[in-house]
Amino acid sequence: MNFSFYDFTGFTQSIDQALKASMSPFWAVTIELVLVGVSILAFYALLGLFLVYWERKVCAMMQNRLGPNRVGPRGFLQTIADLIKLLLKELIFIKNADKLLFNIAPFIVIIASFMAIAAIPFAKGLHAMDFDIGIFYILAVSSLGVVGILIGGWSSNNKYSLIGAMRSGAQIVSYELSVGLTLLSVVVLAGTMQLSEIVESQRDAWWIMKGHIPVWIAFVIFLIASTAETNRGPFDLAEAESELTAGFHTEYSGIKFAFFFLAEYMNMFIVASMATTVFLGGWMPLHFWGLTGFNEIMDFIPPFIWFFAKVFFVIFVMMWFKWTFPRLRIDQLLQLEWKYLLPLSLVNLLIIAFIAMMGWHF
Amino acid sequence: MEDIKIKESIQALCPDALFVENKQFIDVSLPLEHFRKVMEYLKQTLNFNFLVSVSGVDWEKHFSVVYHLRNTQTNTMMAAKVIIADRQNPEVQTVSDLWQTADLHEREIFDLFGIKFTNHPDLRRLFLDDDWVGFPLRKDYVDTVNIVER
Amino acid sequence: MIENREILLNDPNSERYLVNMGPQHPSTHGVLRLVVGIKGETVDSVQPHCGYIHRGIEKMCEHITYPQIIHLTDRMDYLSAHQNNHAVCLAVENALGVQVPERVQYIRTIMDELSRIASHQLWWATFGMDLGALTTFFYGLRDREKILDIFEESTGSRFLQSYYTPGGLMKDIHPDFQKHVKEFLVYFRKLLPEYDQLLTGNVIYRARSINMGLLSKEDAINYGVTGPSGRGSGFSCDVRKHKPYGVYHKAEFNEILRTEGDVHARYMVHMDEMRESMKIIEQLIDNIPAGDFIAKMKPVIKLPAGEYWQSVETARGELGVYIVSDGNKNPYRMKFRSPNLSNLGVLEKLSIGHKIADLIAIGGSMDYIIPDIDR
Repeated sequence: MNFSFYDFTGFTQSIDQALKASMSPFWAVTIELVLVGVSILAFYALLGLFLVYWERKVCAMMQNRLGPNRVGPRGFLQTIADLIKLLLKELIFIKNADKLLFNIAPFIVIIASFMAIAAIPFAKGLHAMDFDIGIFYILAVSSLGVVGILIGGWSSNNKYSLIGAMRSGAQIVSYELSVGLTLLSVVVLAGTMQLSEIVESQRDAWWIMKGHIPVWIAFVIFLIASTAETNRGPFDLAEAESELTAGFHTEYSGIKFAFFFLAEYMNMFIVASMATTVFLGGWMPLHFWGLTGFNEIMDFIPPFIWFFAKVFFVIFVMMWFKWTFPRLRIDQLLQLEWKYLLPLSLVNLLIIAFIAMMGWHF
Repeated sequence: MEDIKIKESIQALCPDALFVENKQFIDVSLPLEHFRKVMEYLKQTLNFNFLVSVSGVDWEKHFSVVYHLRNTQTNTMMAAKVIIADRQNPEVQTVSDLWQTADLHEREIFDLFGIKFTNHPDLRRLFLDDDWVGFPLRKDYVDTVNIVER
Repeated sequence: MIENREILLNDPNSERYLVNMGPQHPSTHGVLRLVVGIKGETVDSVQPHCGYIHRGIEKMCEHITYPQIIHLTDRMDYLSAHQNNHAVCLAVENALGVQVPERVQYIRTIMDELSRIASHQLWWATFGMDLGALTTFFYGLRDREKILDIFEESTGSRFLQSYYTPGGLMKDIHPDFQKHVKEFLVYFRKLLPEYDQLLTGNVIYRARSINMGLLSKEDAINYGVTGPSGRGSGFSCDVRKHKPYGVYHKAEFNEILRTEGDVHARYMVHMDEMRESMKIIEQLIDNIPAGDFIAKMKPVIKLPAGEYWQSVETARGELGVYIVSDGNKNPYRMKFRSPNLSNLGVLEKLSIGHKIADLIAIGGSMDYIIPDIDR
């Protein structure tokens, strides 16, 4: 059973046709680009604000505190107040910093996360771009962010920043491998790299249910590796507050600091939505084989609610990591990747390829 | 008695050693020239392996440096003092090679009393700025800005 | 170590460079400044620079009377304020030969142990933070508040209590003191296992702390490392056992000793000492005898000429008070043997060859209080 009113394809196509009918194709495409850009920008800002607020609430809950509760109802406007403060703050320029690179770094970081969002399918027909190679695109774009971090750390002319940036470089280059391999394992099963088709392939059940234990392993490795990729949780060595004061963004102030800050939360959102799309069925409702009544009830819940519920669940797990675990050391971090996660995910990929070849998955 | 034995052996090593009346533990005053020899003996033979504290005292006519020592096996404690008569250029040999802990303590005394510890590996001021003039814990130190006499 | 003690300038051809940690740094716990030489991520020299909070307490003491000195000692190791007061009070009382009422001794011992627990709680909280486990901070502070409430009730102050005075106490304990202490013990016994659940068993914590910053017993003695850090290396240095003061001789407790000498050993000593302190308080709290809270003292305290030494066990090690008196109402020379200054000397030895993150962990495990180093 399929609820066509949750399908956004018709909605977006009607806008497209209306625009094309009333003006030349060039202007139609331009206006479409602007529309998509503005809506993603608005979504990005709102989501960033919400994630910061939510992180503070989750962290407060785990630490026996109340968290923000003064500005607005339940402190909901706290992050907006913080944003205004950050906007009004002075941008301090470092005397011996490399001016161009220092200024450009936050933009690289934020553009990388901005580009990745474009390919994420929020619901059927609700994505900016539906690439054939969606997974590849997201992997490529999201690893651009580290360039910004390296540039920012190096150009600040600060030793803490430099150490933080170098740590971050080593860390992201290593963990990229595990992220790629674990995502590949589902690509092998689904037989496509297009995100919308991967979601479509989970119509009967999510990959995490269909793929036996190897997909579970891949999911867990993906969670660990992607937490490391976002420089968060027990892997926040690039910032490492107690060692490097603030790591690569020590010298940044005002809105440039806010860009780094925002990008961190957006990266968290991106990896969570990748986990959702690839392993947890994207916007597909929870289905069980044989339980038709249950499945139909689940179908009533709109797909974007499914999507966001899953994404926020994954984000919550990542926050849970962060507020529970102590930080790893840099050599332990690399050991974890190269000695354990990488071989494990390689073997796991082989097993999954074998399963896919034999057709043993559901 | 253990105490008497320690006293006798110090006396044998350094006949000039002066034992001060002290209810708590052995308190010996050593002349500068025998100081290092006695300290080595205390550490190596009598096994006073824990240097609890090093304190400088300004007696206006002379300085003394007080070493509180403890034997961690028997928990015997004693104080050894060295008298430095030269006020202009006070010098005493370091014990930081015998007890590593003396390193920072001697730097503190150098900082606040101006007593030089010869052979100390790294004798710099510990607390005050490197360009500070004078040694604040000396009795004749005058600081019209920071110290209010009452 | 001694070879590379001189300050090396940055040489562009070597990979070595110097990093200034502090005086404003989140994990030096105050204004300690460490000049750290690193190659890549590996520490190869650590030079402590002290004095950013040097107030000249020893010089000030030469100008004020003994009861006034009590208030300065609070400000040295501010987490062991009671124990610091205790050291000066004992030194003065022993010099005068004053017999302090038994009630006072009981109360002092209980207060000392309470502040030891509070100090270890804060240590645990900040040590977790040093390792990057931010939640520990709030768990530690949550329970410490209860002790501070008890302090506030009896002493009128939460942090720098200045509760002891030569001869006794400033004022008697609050009537509810015993009740609240017993409530706290029940409360904290229930919550101490939470600490273990959150940090002690954590696999990352164990990887960060076991075999890290090894300190042998000989080195601990040679460097004068006392307190939980020394006992983590097997150096039996508990003044409460070896030279009991207060009513420690009436309480039954163990001196926690571990032989590993690594960060984890120091951690476990802190954790077990909290349990031992609770044991001591439990034995004493019901037996506080009635009586005066202060012995009869002369209005102006003058110590007979001579030299006096008194050690007490603070939360970080042995605090020695050395008084040289010339018979006046103020000391001729007052020296505090602060445990942290001696413990600081060993930091370089422990952290050479480890990573920057380990330097923070080792420094955290040594439990430095900077005002106590600088005085």
